[in-house]
Amino acid sequence: MRNSRVGEVIVAQLIRVAGYSAIVFVALILFFLIREGGPALLEVPVRNLLGVRWYPIEGYFGLLPLLGGTLVVTLGATAIAAPLGVLTAVYIAEVAPRWAREVLKPVIELLAGIPSVALGFVGILVFVPFVRTTFGLPTGLSAFTGAILLGLIAIPTIVSVAEDAIDAVPRTYRDAALALGATDWQAIWRVTVPAARTGIMTAVMLGVGRAIGETMAVMMVTGNAPVMPSGLLALFHPVRTMTATIAAEMGEVANGSTHYHTLFLIGMVLFLITLAVNLVAAGIVFRQRKRAERILS
Amino acid sequence: MTSHQVGRASPGQVNGEPKIRIEDLVVSYSDGTESLRGVNLAIPPCAITVLFGPAGGGKSTLLRTINRLNDLADVETLSGHVWLDGADVLDRRTDTIALRRKVGMVFARPVVLPMSIRQNVFYGLELAGERRQEALQEAVERSLRAAALWDEVCDRLDEPAVALSGGQQQRLCLARVLALEPEVILLDEPTSGLDPISTGRVEDTLQDLKARYTLVLVPHSVQQAARVADHAAFLLGGEVVEFAPGRQVFTRPRDRRTEEYVTGRFG
Amino acid sequence: MSASQRTAARRLVIQRLGYAGLALAALLTVAPIAVIVGIMVWHGAPAISVEFLTAMPRDGLRAGGIFPAIVGTFWLTIGTAIVAVPLGVGAAIYLAEYAADSRWTRAIRVAIINLAGIPSVVYGLFGLGLFVLFLQLGTSIIAGSLTLAIMTLPVIISTAEEALRAVPSSFRVVSISLGGTRWQTVWRIVLPQALPGILTGVILGLERAAGETAPILFTAAALFLPRLPSSIFDPTMALPYHLFVIATQIPGMPVQIQYGTALVLLSFVLGMNLIATLIRSRARARRQW
Repeated sequence: MRNSRVGEVIVAQLIRVAGYSAIVFVALILFFLIREGGPALLEVPVRNLLGVRWYPIEGYFGLLPLLGGTLVVTLGATAIAAPLGVLTAVYIAEVAPRWAREVLKPVIELLAGIPSVALGFVGILVFVPFVRTTFGLPTGLSAFTGAILLGLIAIPTIVSVAEDAIDAVPRTYRDAALALGATDWQAIWRVTVPAARTGIMTAVMLGVGRAIGETMAVMMVTGNAPVMPSGLLALFHPVRTMTATIAAEMGEVANGSTHYHTLFLIGMVLFLITLAVNLVAAGIVFRQRKRAERILS
Repeated sequence: MTSHQVGRASPGQVNGEPKIRIEDLVVSYSDGTESLRGVNLAIPPCAITVLFGPAGGGKSTLLRTINRLNDLADVETLSGHVWLDGADVLDRRTDTIALRRKVGMVFARPVVLPMSIRQNVFYGLELAGERRQEALQEAVERSLRAAALWDEVCDRLDEPAVALSGGQQQRLCLARVLALEPEVILLDEPTSGLDPISTGRVEDTLQDLKARYTLVLVPHSVQQAARVADHAAFLLGGEVVEFAPGRQVFTRPRDRRTEEYVTGRFG
Repeated sequence: MSASQRTAARRLVIQRLGYAGLALAALLTVAPIAVIVGIMVWHGAPAISVEFLTAMPRDGLRAGGIFPAIVGTFWLTIGTAIVAVPLGVGAAIYLAEYAADSRWTRAIRVAIINLAGIPSVVYGLFGLGLFVLFLQLGTSIIAGSLTLAIMTLPVIISTAEEALRAVPSSFRVVSISLGGTRWQTVWRIVLPQALPGILTGVILGLERAAGETAPILFTAAALFLPRLPSSIFDPTMALPYHLFVIATQIPGMPVQIQYGTALVLLSFVLGMNLIATLIRSRARARRQW
């Protein structure tokens, strides 16, 4: 009897440790990024870091082309994934007949399961030549090709979160609209979707977060040229994202070198960007839930 | 007999000590819902004591405080005493595990655990560390018989308990409590979801059980309260308005509010 | 035809067109997936043979099999599970069953959201900094598994917590009222009921770990090893990294081997997905509440 009570306390403590481990890991990740990336801020002048040339062998550590590369590819991916994902979510949640839903949902889950390296591989063999011939480019390894793949990668997140949000809109809202003489179509766009808009925004944010952090597929199809993108046409030029830079170069740098520290610094920047994106997305969710609680109580 | 008063009430004709003595019990929740405002009550042993009154009067809270199940709720303030056999249940040092084995509880909705009928019955005993098969099997038959369920289920003890009807499930819940051989059984509207026939069966079972156990019941209607009560306490707004032998409360209530409620003029 | 009838007819046409547009969007979303998977299966299937699955690579990866990569991914996944499952399920139990809603639990939730959003390549950097260099585990299966485990943690925690919360609270109240302790209640009632959901989440998390390249890039993966790793402190080949290498780094690589490797990786990952789906649908059919 006594023993089992002691066991109870031990188990409770172990479980509590597991619970707090998430905080510990975030702290550790931040700590090691700062520890390894911080020195770059001392070793490389800020003007250099904010330059437009990334050419580490000659001491140019300009992060702007990499930020620009990530920005172009992510914007492109969002432009593809956000409308497609949201419309697909509306279709699945509100319009699709049962059989279509039962085909669409597992297929989109399947997409979420395909490793990005496999998508990148198919991208190289199929999308890259396709983009090159279709647009008459010297090379199909471009931001655009990366954006297509990243869009595909972001879609499952957007669809599932947005669909949940649309599903969560009370039926009575729609019924009320229908009772007032609206068609199903009007009820969807004037009542259901606006009521779910915070959830849909969260979905898009989370999709953007995934796209920013994606590494392998982008690295394989964007051509990896750390060139400062300029103008709309940059979409059809090779670019280099932050993630791809880390993945491509970390294997070849000497531990403790300036280049090494700078790659960790890029990791730190990525960490902060995705942190901001995800916290904003989560903040939307939290706020929405609080409002729902207020209405209910 | 004349000692029945609002506030400090105790049933007159009980011989000896009450099983449970509640003193100045105050409970409130952080969200400001139903609470108790200084309840005093002496619950006699081996009888059915009924706590009745309109919704929100604090009946469930009172019940759940006796076995400290209210610990799970969002309680803001808790003061007073609940003496059970001379020990204060609300004392911080009380072993709540042992307390809940001694004070069993049956809920409004029959909640059978997702396991077989047999396992449902000896679940509590297993938790208490009983490993001997004969003891467990013996408890199954004894408890099911005491809950008047044995004849209906003895040939399918290993089937899932959810397959039973609502009334059978509720008697299984009672058997599950009886397996622990408690001294007190708390029943929170145990027949609210049952049809009249099942309700009658449960009430008959309770009458059989009161010879050995102290029963505290929140009935689901005044009629039921009148049918089963040996003693009855009328709770209104978190206070005990009247506490007396059942027959007296339901035929010659002293308080006007009790009378109005019993005769159906409000509630 | 009256004016109102005309409006009604027009509205119906709009609705039909709109629905068709939505269906088209869904089709556009799904079609590329079907094409991609179709291509991989079509070109990859001819490459699959017993030799391909069980032999070592030859001729600078241009011939032979991919056995060491399969073995490596298997061990990395097992290693990830050993670390991530107890930790993740434990954390889920803490959040769902033990923790009160306090500032600290909210901090844990923020941390989990944060972990879920960190790019996989940043996990790779972290693993390199902590496990490979600071703890001096070197490029090894254990460093890679630990890195993947931390990355997988948020998926396991959130799905497991959801599965635990789906168990009706009345079961807990009943168990406690029968003299059960919190842990007895969790262990005997809540966990068994939540098990299928937890398992589904665990497999989905491990599926992601098995397919990831970036986190093992600098923590575990080796381009080519003449023999299988002999301990958890050895580096290893792995399917996703192998695919990356033969798709981008080896000139004159036969396309068939590339497709074959991609198909094996896809089957490995989607096989896990299928198992998770089966567990989920079976459990739903059997559930008693």
